[in-house]
Amino acid sequence: MNRRLLRTALPFISLGLVLAATFYVQPRTMSYFGLNLMLQYAVPIALATIAQMFVITVNDLDLSIGPFVGLVGCISATLLYSHPVLGVLALLLCIAAYGAVGALVHWRNLPSIVVTLGLSFVWLGIAVLILPSPGGKAPDWLKAIMAVQLPIVPFPIVAAIVIGVAVHLVLMLSSYGVIARGAGGNARALARAGWSMLWTKVAMYSLAGLFGVLAGLSLLGLTTAADAHVADRYTLYSIAGVILGGGEFVGGRVSPMGAVVGALTLALAGSFLIFLRISPDWQIGAQGAILIIVLALRALLTYAEVRR
Amino acid sequence: MMAAWVKLRQQPWIWSFVAAFAVWTIAIVYTRGQGAGEILTAAISFAAFTIIVGLGQMMVISTGPGNVDLSIPATITLAGVVAMKVMDTDTARLLIGIVAALSASILVGVFNYFLIRLLRIPPIIATLSSSFLILSTAISYGRGIRIKPPPPLADFATARIAGIPLTAAFVLVLCIVIAVILKRTVYGRTVLAVGQNPRAAWLAGMNVDGARFATYVLSAFLAGVCGIVLSGFSGGAALNMGEEFLLASIAVVVIGGTSVAGGRANVPGICGAALFMYLLVTMLNILGASAGIRLIMTGAIIIAVIVLAGGEEAQR
Amino acid sequence: MGETAIRLDGVEKNFGAVRALDGVTLGVGKGECLGLVGHNGAGKSTLMHVLTGALAPSRGELSVGGEKIRGGWSAAASQAQGIRCVFQELSLCPNLTVAENVRIMHRALKGFGWKGRARALIRAKLDEIFPGHGISPDDEIANLAIGKRQMAEIARAFTETEGRLRLVILDEPTSSLDAVTAGQLLSYVKKETAKGTGIILISHLLGDVLGTCDRIVVMKDGRTVAERNARDFNRNSLVEAMGSEVRHERPADASRRETRQTEFIVRARPKTAPGTTELVAGKGEVIGLAGLAGHGQTRMLLQIFSRDEAQVAGPLAFIAGDRQSDGIFNLWSIARNITVRSLKALRRNGLIDGAAETRLGEDWKKRIAIRSSDIDNNILTLSGGNQQKTLFARALASDATIILMDDPMRGVDIGTKQEVYGMIRAEAESGRTFIWYTTEIEELTHCNRAYVFRNGAISAELGAGELSEENVLQASFAEQAA
Repeated sequence: MNRRLLRTALPFISLGLVLAATFYVQPRTMSYFGLNLMLQYAVPIALATIAQMFVITVNDLDLSIGPFVGLVGCISATLLYSHPVLGVLALLLCIAAYGAVGALVHWRNLPSIVVTLGLSFVWLGIAVLILPSPGGKAPDWLKAIMAVQLPIVPFPIVAAIVIGVAVHLVLMLSSYGVIARGAGGNARALARAGWSMLWTKVAMYSLAGLFGVLAGLSLLGLTTAADAHVADRYTLYSIAGVILGGGEFVGGRVSPMGAVVGALTLALAGSFLIFLRISPDWQIGAQGAILIIVLALRALLTYAEVRR
Repeated sequence: MMAAWVKLRQQPWIWSFVAAFAVWTIAIVYTRGQGAGEILTAAISFAAFTIIVGLGQMMVISTGPGNVDLSIPATITLAGVVAMKVMDTDTARLLIGIVAALSASILVGVFNYFLIRLLRIPPIIATLSSSFLILSTAISYGRGIRIKPPPPLADFATARIAGIPLTAAFVLVLCIVIAVILKRTVYGRTVLAVGQNPRAAWLAGMNVDGARFATYVLSAFLAGVCGIVLSGFSGGAALNMGEEFLLASIAVVVIGGTSVAGGRANVPGICGAALFMYLLVTMLNILGASAGIRLIMTGAIIIAVIVLAGGEEAQR
Repeated sequence: MGETAIRLDGVEKNFGAVRALDGVTLGVGKGECLGLVGHNGAGKSTLMHVLTGALAPSRGELSVGGEKIRGGWSAAASQAQGIRCVFQELSLCPNLTVAENVRIMHRALKGFGWKGRARALIRAKLDEIFPGHGISPDDEIANLAIGKRQMAEIARAFTETEGRLRLVILDEPTSSLDAVTAGQLLSYVKKETAKGTGIILISHLLGDVLGTCDRIVVMKDGRTVAERNARDFNRNSLVEAMGSEVRHERPADASRRETRQTEFIVRARPKTAPGTTELVAGKGEVIGLAGLAGHGQTRMLLQIFSRDEAQVAGPLAFIAGDRQSDGIFNLWSIARNITVRSLKALRRNGLIDGAAETRLGEDWKKRIAIRSSDIDNNILTLSGGNQQKTLFARALASDATIILMDDPMRGVDIGTKQEVYGMIRAEAESGRTFIWYTTEIEELTHCNRAYVFRNGAISAELGAGELSEENVLQASFAEQAA
């Protein structure tokens, strides 16, 4: 019980530490606008992380979520802008495609890593066909949503909390969430109780598709123009976010709140490094170092807990 | 004869060769047989690099679910940069450059396993994080310098004997060595046993940690070898020289019939898959496909191959 | 028998050329407890999988509550008909809590407040079956000991929401339970049948079957070969019906030496109980570890195996009881599964000698009588008992002088057991030392000495003359209050 509690708390502690370090280096960020600016990209990252988490719940891994987010941006900046109805249909088709991938992975018992590796090329290819060079326009309503100014608490924080709580309700508290997590824990037990693994996977992949679409939309709302390659990094961010948030690759152990917090931590780490004014050569290296430190901290705390 | 064919058909690697042959055939049918040999030679020389790192990735993936080395591209770059800078175009410094580059690669492997074992970080995240650090090291160490390889290295990497690249022979020897390691050494057996069931391997008296450690070091070492030869091949090191090998190294392992669930490795499959990947791109280029189409086709065919190969039916 | 709960008529099931079920006709009445016994490979598991809808029969009829089932027999349909099964390998999701695992079984547990209802349901059932169980509905399965997991799974099978429970199949339900909880379960079975639920009890513990069931069916080679009221059977007639010759339990062997040697090659004290009795073993001794399941015996073996605060003079080998998780390499052939422990010795010039490896495999296949046409066949083509023999061959073929056994006879048929007992005796005489954890008290008769474990400590050391069931139970339960 204690170990479970600690596992849940760790991502929050990590976020607190990175936040404190940022405030220490750059005290001016400790304001409404400072936080708003630093965390605005946390919203799409958090949504992509949640998408990844749904796939990880059923013991799979999605290596295509980054290019998928890019593709959604390209569709939204062109089709959704010019022909809203067609645009919505195209996005629904994207979600259906994700569900179909889930069915395929289950039906042929395929390694998701390879299938989604192949898919990442497909998404990128379609995106490049739609928008060979960066451009397009974000729909105005999208820009308006992402630029909302809420009283007292900055929009990205509120959005993150809403996302986290909503997904927590679905996956951790609802009776069907139990089925999804059980599928990750012991698929055979689930089948014996008469549940369909096929539909569970389709549902999880479709939810991943839905949140991938939301991630693409929110990212476009911020960037206002699209680029097929804009979100390539999101694949790695989303995996790192889930793990930072206390999730595990196998066994259906995931935490939506943790995943959102993990995404916030990653987004914040980027800003923190810029404030540190370290040489551009070491920007990327420092990001790796932060990841390692946070995870080492988690390992040490867990280890100490087990020892006791 | 029939029995031999049935047995052959059951080998998971055969499909990668069949696929490679198929795309090559389509390509030369389109060119009406022109440059058939040249296409093949080019594919072999490019595939050689993927095979080198693919073998390392294969060993890592064989140690069980979740094991993967994402630091291969960064290690290739680091090894290339270190080799070029230490050699400094001087043939006399060739050996010391190779030693330096390989030592750096081995250090990477040691560091990776340190993260995985002592800090208990999942391999995907551990090797990803370390790749960021390695890349920064390579950038800051070799910034803005583009040094040519010493002539013997460049000659070795580009030489052809009777139309066959010398690197191909080198890679063939490497493949045989790895295959023997897998089948005939205690280390190789340990890797396969750990990939199936680490606890049972431990209880059977095997050195589980030692095998995992050696595997991550081996993967980094092979990435280092690839980095050195690749810089010889392409006239120097570049900071993005490893990029394409991230997806390629994983793709060839899986298309080649190695089990992603661990415990079953397949050396010939790596070769077939690497050839297939390059011939595929060549074929699409010849057919005049646009960048977008090329990407879609590459992805679709990777998926098609894995669907046809049937995934992991026997298991689970 | 009154109304039937479920009935099979001439059911056949083929796997390729293998006929796993060869025309089984079997009925379970309402409120009847049916015992099902048979060797490994007799077809019991296949039969259970047909009943639970995991497998469709190749031929034959199935009727539930007097109504014939026509097509569409599936796990979901079986669930809906009120048929439950507690499988030998646990069917719980380790990442979920006990209450969440209850939800997986019950489609009706949904909507607002489902969790509260699931908690109440399982808590009441656990209290009813296993008073004093110490399991909370919010415990994560992964954090529970194996015995408690099995208790949770058994209790889950008996919970009811919509629809009555019709039939519960218990497949070796007491394998991970200690004597007390096993007793609680068996007396609950009688209570449950009084309510009208049919129960099928599959167990290797013939005493449990004889004492609990109303009727006993014996299976052999995919057929039912005997069917009688339980009181018309006794231990010997049951074993006889199963097809292997009756071997009378060897009375305490007079020739067995009481070896209290002064030279020991293993000395270890449980890390969980510093300053208590020490375990010692000499050359050629067979040392038993007894006591209630999960009281530190396996931990003791692992402590010796990892030479952790244990003095061990000689190479070790470990024979797993939990084949799937601790023993077998699924992708490998029988030969490779045997030689894996001896690879270092098979090296010549640094490389494994393939011919020598094959010889070693063949040799041990013969010596231990593993039933397979080819040792290059995959290990999974073997039955459970033969897989277990492979694990014995692995250990005995090695250079190990000390062999640790972690309750290796779990789920092994009597014939195989007898063969293995003989082998242990012979190997011990030639100087090997065995440290043998067993949950079956009868097996202690093969030991020179035994240590009884309680709460992670050694509570008694029993010499060969003192190894009676009574003494072991005494030591397992004594001083519980203190």
